[in-house]
Amino acid sequence: MSKITYIDNQGNSNTIDVENGLTVMEGAIQNDIPGIDADCGGAMACATCHVYVEEKWFNKIPKADDAEIDMIDMAFEPKKNSRLSCQLVVTDELNGLVVTTPEKQS
Amino acid sequence: MIKTDVIIIGAGPVGLFAVHQLGIKGLKSIVVDNLDKAGGQCIELYPDKPIYDIPAVPECTGEELTKSLLEQIKPFNTKFFYNERVDEVKQDKENWFIKTNNKNEFTAPNIIIAGGVGSFEPRKLALKDAEKFEGKSIFYAVKDKNFFKNKNITIFGGGDSALDWTLELSKFSKINLIHRRDEFRGAPHTLSEIKKLEQDGKISIKTPCQLVSIEGNENIESITIKYDNEKTEKIKTDIILSFFGLIMKLGPIAEWGLNMDKKTIAVNPENFETNRKGIFAAGDICSYPGKLKLILSGFHEVALASVECFKRARPNEKYRFEFTTSSKNIQERLGKK
Repeated sequence: MSKITYIDNQGNSNTIDVENGLTVMEGAIQNDIPGIDADCGGAMACATCHVYVEEKWFNKIPKADDAEIDMIDMAFEPKKNSRLSCQLVVTDELNGLVVTTPEKQS
Repeated sequence: MIKTDVIIIGAGPVGLFAVHQLGIKGLKSIVVDNLDKAGGQCIELYPDKPIYDIPAVPECTGEELTKSLLEQIKPFNTKFFYNERVDEVKQDKENWFIKTNNKNEFTAPNIIIAGGVGSFEPRKLALKDAEKFEGKSIFYAVKDKNFFKNKNITIFGGGDSALDWTLELSKFSKINLIHRRDEFRGAPHTLSEIKKLEQDGKISIKTPCQLVSIEGNENIESITIKYDNEKTEKIKTDIILSFFGLIMKLGPIAEWGLNMDKKTIAVNPENFETNRKGIFAAGDICSYPGKLKLILSGFHEVALASVECFKRARPNEKYRFEFTTSSKNIQERLGKK
């Protein structure tokens, strides 16, 4: 279990325990955390699980591969710290991770 | 008004296999899809990406799977209505009536919704002002190339569509290609052509930057972009073309009085019927305990739904379970002797 914090674009924050091995997207969907749509179910085909990763975490977590970076181009208002939460697998190293969801996903 | 046994909404793999499962039971169906061809997500999202979990098919692409499914349902001569979205669903006793945005009308005792995650629509520019120019000076697709002749065009995007249209339209218009990062993703041959056009001064590429504002009243006069280093630039522009892929919108389905669970339709996993008798949902759009969004699950779901469809379409006949290997009836329907 690792603690993951999801903050929406209004600043509302939800911190939950997510089982290691699940993705940050799955953690949100299974716990009804708003702000993440995940239309394609985690196939990296839709960019609707887009999150901004807090700066200090962004460089610590495993880097995005090319396919994810291409897909982030399609996301709503991508920024330098954009990631797809379906590609962030929760491990002990991610304990305390903070992500912010964009104003909308599509 | 076209009468049939089953109206299938969605021509993705699950909708196509529904045609098969209904067809071998002697039921007629028609298929309506918002896209211009069959395949659904398989064609729109990953035509070239391999799929490894279709039983007995170790590896195939989305495009190959679609082709094989179309081949498999050929004997049933099913009519497809592409580029049409179902807007209205009405009930009259045991029958359903549907109307599309193209004013086509169908009636049947059964509807199978195999609509994936909804219909595909282009992802629009985030800027609020973009809406008022849409269809006049902002476009998300090119329908008639002639309209784009001798204009100042700004193209947004970094993928195949943005690159291909930059190449094509640069033959007769001035093009600015704008992308949020330095790398473009396209076929190597396309990328080298783009580079050459830039070197020859035929097109102007601006990266890494994003759109911040659009200036103009009736039509666009210019746009302002901002680079990552905070520098801004005004660009004279008549037309914006934006290629940020497709999004899936559930659309009118949400208003048909079906029990919804977020963006999915709740079904009875015995026959995949929704809360409304004669309306079924299968594939990614349906939900029930343990649901997996896999193509193979969708195949199973339409197989079971087709049995209930039979009972409703042929209330005076008894449904008999048959194998394709041994049933003369099925083999006749498949055109085999």
